[in-house]
Amino acid sequence: MNLWSDPRWGDALGHLPDYLGNHVRVSLAALALGLLVSLPLALLARHRPGLRGALLGFASVVQTVPGLALLALFYPLLLALAALTARWLGFGFSAFGFLPAMLALALYSMLPVLRNTITGLQGNDPAILEAAQAVGMTPQQSLRMVELPLALPVIMAGIRTATVWVIGTATLSTPIGQTSLGNYIFAGLQTQNWVFVLFGCAASAVLALIVDQILALIETGAQRRSRFRVVMGVIGVVLLIAAALMPSLSRARQSYVVGAKTFTEQYILAALLTQRLQAAGLPATTRGGLGSSVIFNALESGDIDAYVDYSGTLWANQMHRTDIKARDELLAALLGKLGFENAYALVMPKARAEALGIHSIADLAAHAGEMSVAGDYEIFSRPEWASLRKAYSLTFRQQRQMQPDFMYAAVAAGEVDVIAGYTSDGLIAKYNLVVLGDPKHAIPPYDAMVLLAPKRENDSALRDALIPLLGKIDIATMREANLRASGSQSAADVAKWLWEKIGAKGPAH
Amino acid sequence: MSVTSPLISFEHVRKHFDGGRGAAPVLAVNDVSLAIAPGEFLAIVGASGSGKTTLLRLANRLIAPDSGRIAIDGADIANVDVIALRRSIGTVFQSGGLFPHMSVADNIGITPKLLGWPAAQIAARVDELMTLMLLDPAPHRDRLPGQLSGGQRQRVSVARALAARPHIVLMDEPFGALDPLTRDALGEDYRRLHRELGLTTIMITHDMAEAVLLADRIVVMREGRIVAQGTATELASVDDTDVDALLQTPRRQAERLRDLLPRNAAS
Repeated sequence: MNLWSDPRWGDALGHLPDYLGNHVRVSLAALALGLLVSLPLALLARHRPGLRGALLGFASVVQTVPGLALLALFYPLLLALAALTARWLGFGFSAFGFLPAMLALALYSMLPVLRNTITGLQGNDPAILEAAQAVGMTPQQSLRMVELPLALPVIMAGIRTATVWVIGTATLSTPIGQTSLGNYIFAGLQTQNWVFVLFGCAASAVLALIVDQILALIETGAQRRSRFRVVMGVIGVVLLIAAALMPSLSRARQSYVVGAKTFTEQYILAALLTQRLQAAGLPATTRGGLGSSVIFNALESGDIDAYVDYSGTLWANQMHRTDIKARDELLAALLGKLGFENAYALVMPKARAEALGIHSIADLAAHAGEMSVAGDYEIFSRPEWASLRKAYSLTFRQQRQMQPDFMYAAVAAGEVDVIAGYTSDGLIAKYNLVVLGDPKHAIPPYDAMVLLAPKRENDSALRDALIPLLGKIDIATMREANLRASGSQSAADVAKWLWEKIGAKGPAH
Repeated sequence: MSVTSPLISFEHVRKHFDGGRGAAPVLAVNDVSLAIAPGEFLAIVGASGSGKTTLLRLANRLIAPDSGRIAIDGADIANVDVIALRRSIGTVFQSGGLFPHMSVADNIGITPKLLGWPAAQIAARVDELMTLMLLDPAPHRDRLPGQLSGGQRQRVSVARALAARPHIVLMDEPFGALDPLTRDALGEDYRRLHRELGLTTIMITHDMAEAVLLADRIVVMREGRIVAQGTATELASVDDTDVDALLQTPRRQAERLRDLLPRNAAS
């Protein structure tokens, strides 16, 4: 198929108003907040070396925190803060999506603005500053009429750097629930939809360039006293703000939100749930690419209304929490099982397993010392990995972490010997791999379950729309769906195929 | 002149600067007393580090003295509004000190603007001063200082100093960086303005010839102190090697020029 005739371009384009609008909105809000904080701080610090050092040090440290981690850290922080305000002030706020993304990005924008403003003002010729004093300017007049205009190119360079950084980094706000152009990239990466990845990268790069050029227009306009350039630049900013507000104006307020984590199966199931709600006449949207630790909290606080999780994951991540309340809420929120299990499993090429006479993990243990194993980003630190190693006395020569969708190809190509894959993954069949048995039941069950937000517990319209799905999806069907989605089909198309396939079995009751 | 009360007076003024990095503090101005009469053109000469620039910066309170009193019109400048004081005094800097991002007109009109003059009056004043300083207003008004020659920049700088009709003008080596021809022309032009406008001028220079040609009185400074003062004639009778050396240079120049450039080719 020709790359340009790929139907996924049309699909990607359809999401653009929503993703772009939200991306612009969170970026501009973060920049505005960042400037509002950084510029006065820089002015305050210019004659105070102590404060200057502290500010630049702080901003540099913030900059060394990877963008994704900074964004992720703001979520629990705000969650705790929201709990506090709810307790002490009687109101809470949503720690999900816009707020943590904006705060983290604003923090991220501070370093270039602070540093360039301070160095720009310090770089002014002392003779000119003395002349400003001598002609009778007050310190404020000197700042406004001489120091800031002279430092403007350096300050604007800082603002433009911050703008490009923020627009680029905003793509990472998808996992904490802020819709952005990153939705293309996260979804594309997980479903091997390179059209989406390309589209997301190009869109955010183009956006960054456009905003940068608008700022450049204002800057040169101010310098060359060209009112035309300044007016054009300001019109550009106003258009951006209008574009940013558009999606929020047009979107239906009271819509159900279905969450999805960051892998193919989650995108398909979220699309399926959304389609079922829409078929029942309920307004529904999907919020994809959410971090695995974010999504449950988002459900708990009502920022999303439903999603699919796995019993083993819930057991490991949520149930071990000390607060009993979470466990009660979890049970109350449980709608039911979908019918298949997506457990971790040790997987290797079928031919190699047969050659070595390996049928189960117990057989593997003897060879593991010479083998390398690859897994996703969390498996090796999860309790079941420890219990697996203990149960079978497993010790591998080497452990590697990789993007889940790449590890099947890696093990098929012999780059690693074994992978910790997922039982429902369609790639197992595609690459002719085999799932090794777990005779000692060291890996807990991972039943796929539909969870509802506590506030939707008694929402019969919602429950009725989703109950027909329960118990209908077997492992073979899910594998085929996953395989289809890692090809050129969109998650929504696969979800339609899935419903046709299981809907044919008739209603559940 | 000695009967009128001084317009500017320094009384036992001292000012030191920290040496920095453990070095001994530098006494830049050491117990200087000096009275400048209204209408006087005073030149301060001395080697670099002699304290002459410090003395000038004390006069419009860009810095404050450690001890002693500086008075203008009899009032201690420590007790007046410093912003109003600076707006009432014209200042010309060594390298012009023009604001590079402002047009010639905006530079010249800055102090009137700070004083809240109406825009039309500022514009008229700017044109008047440019004409006075022999700069054609129409082609130069909207240029930036970077687009002017060194001599033109110094003319703008003098125009800026005069814009708000000050009685006092402070000049820190105003013509030092210019070529001799421009320097001579500008010096003569300023001397004329000084007389016509009834200004009181303090000019710092390291060029004794310039001081002799322009000033009514010359103050010689060394290591923060005044070592001699008077007209060129009076200085010639002072018994001080430095003063002698300072006067030698213009004297030698004048003699050599007389020998090399005979007015009458026949002689």
